[in-house]
Amino acid sequence: MAGTATQPAGTTEPTRRDFIVVAAGAFAAVGAAAAVWPFIHQMNPSADVLALSSTEVDLSQIAAGQSVTILWRGKPVFVRHRTAAEIAQAEKDDTAALPDPAKDADRVKKPEWLVMMGVCTHLGCVPLGQQGDFGGWFCPCHGSHYDTSGRIRKGPAPANLPIPEYAFLNDTRIRIG
Amino acid sequence: MANNSSGFMANPLVKWIEYRLPVFSTLDHMVGSQYPTPKNLNYWWNFGSLAGLCLVIQIITGIVLVMHYTPHTTMAFDSVEHIMRDVNYGWLLRYMHANGASMFFIVVYIHIFRGLYFGSYKAPREILWFLGLIIFLLMMATAFMGYVLPWGQMSFWGATVITNLFSAIPVVGEPIVTWLWGGFAVDNPTLNRFFSLHYLLPFVIVGIVILHILALHQHGSNNPLGIDTKGPQDRIPFHPYYTIKDAVGVGAFLILFSFFLFYAPNFLGHPDNYIPANPLVTPAHIVPEWYFLPFYAILRSVPDKLGGVLLMFGAILILFLLPWLDTSKVRSAKFRPIYKQLFWVFALACVGLTYAGGLPPEGMALVIGRVCTVYYFAHFLILMPLVGWFEKPLKLPASISEAVLKTEPGAAGSKA
Repeated sequence: MAGTATQPAGTTEPTRRDFIVVAAGAFAAVGAAAAVWPFIHQMNPSADVLALSSTEVDLSQIAAGQSVTILWRGKPVFVRHRTAAEIAQAEKDDTAALPDPAKDADRVKKPEWLVMMGVCTHLGCVPLGQQGDFGGWFCPCHGSHYDTSGRIRKGPAPANLPIPEYAFLNDTRIRIG
Repeated sequence: MANNSSGFMANPLVKWIEYRLPVFSTLDHMVGSQYPTPKNLNYWWNFGSLAGLCLVIQIITGIVLVMHYTPHTTMAFDSVEHIMRDVNYGWLLRYMHANGASMFFIVVYIHIFRGLYFGSYKAPREILWFLGLIIFLLMMATAFMGYVLPWGQMSFWGATVITNLFSAIPVVGEPIVTWLWGGFAVDNPTLNRFFSLHYLLPFVIVGIVILHILALHQHGSNNPLGIDTKGPQDRIPFHPYYTIKDAVGVGAFLILFSFFLFYAPNFLGHPDNYIPANPLVTPAHIVPEWYFLPFYAILRSVPDKLGGVLLMFGAILILFLLPWLDTSKVRSAKFRPIYKQLFWVFALACVGLTYAGGLPPEGMALVIGRVCTVYYFAHFLILMPLVGWFEKPLKLPASISEAVLKTEPGAAGSKA
């Protein structure tokens, strides 16, 4: 402050009382913020929701060109047994103009099995299979088109259909989650 | 503090209470004989009190519906059917609540457009306007969460789409959506919290309504001429003059309400909401309730997720800037020949958005939606500031009294 040179130090320098007021106020503010957290965090997923959930799928019943939809963590997962033509198309499109670039090989563990979340990355609708301009999936809500690898090609969705964590237990069985 | 020394206020019991708690005089000042009101208010000024009536109807019907409703994913749908089939007059109460929400929005939209036409948002009523917009936002949140409660297909997928709007926010979007859901999809935790908030928010609205009335009384009601009252000759007491005028409006409103309630109770709803929620099947065509369609059309007219979400919220937030975007000194469109026409173009654009929002987002509907979206924003951001500068307003009357009584033939401004 400019006054420090001309005025007695006591009138412009923070006093002991000022310090106590600020310190007590800050302490109360931090305490209040800490007390707010449980009221916010209670809305996050609870322990039972978070508990590791996994589901197994028997692939032996799914013929080439067929899909099944599994409910996992409250959301649909598409398991598609792709045809040779679909795989060829998906690999050919690796070099196409993709809004969310990804190689088909990185989206599958085995080329004939495409396992992905059936949740449109736009606003969460369930896309319809084997429809749309790219022979993959089409979301009827707001018109997003996905290709045979589940990659976004056209429409408002910003990203490819996500791949959940899954593993092959043997040749005909996978575990999702 | 009894200002009214005769009649009700002279009653000994009233006086005894009033001496200890000035509740009667406070009410008299808020909506009674002690609230001086411009004497030229037309029927467009009925919609404020009508909105208050709607809020009361929603709260009363809502409280009794909760006595029979179960907020759980496995029982919610059935408990609503239980209300419709088994509960005494349950069908009436639920239809009142569901159609009452639509009536509430009709009334509030007219109330907002009244404010837009007569410049009720201009100085010194900016905070009054803000409080109204906050009520509108709270109403939208409340209506959205209420629509989720029956746990039908539209409930579930509407909730999914609207909560997913927040996933458009960069970085923190996904954690926010998980937090809103309380899980990894819309599920029982989501239903429970929506029920809790759906019950809470109407009472928050009541609180803001009280502030809205407080702000209104600071400078009094605007009026069709948009000029300030200049003395007692320009004013009449709210009670009995406008209470009786409002009562006429209530009669007309209840006729419209009863028509929907008794003859077309599902006309404004969507049949898919009578299908129980199924997380594996999205309805072919998701639409929100009609009162959200304009904003839904704006969302869908942008082929980019974040852009669409920003523009949709921007469509409401832009209304907060209106007192400054409108550069005209004249309040009422009655004296603004160019703005008056643009107002109706804007109203038409809103109708166009409502129409486009209800159709699948392709072909002509998409074109109409995009054209109307552009006009919606151009109206506020380009036309309103420019027209305020270039338009030559008509001559304002010297006072309300003069315009109403037409004492001076020279006051040509009032004939429109």
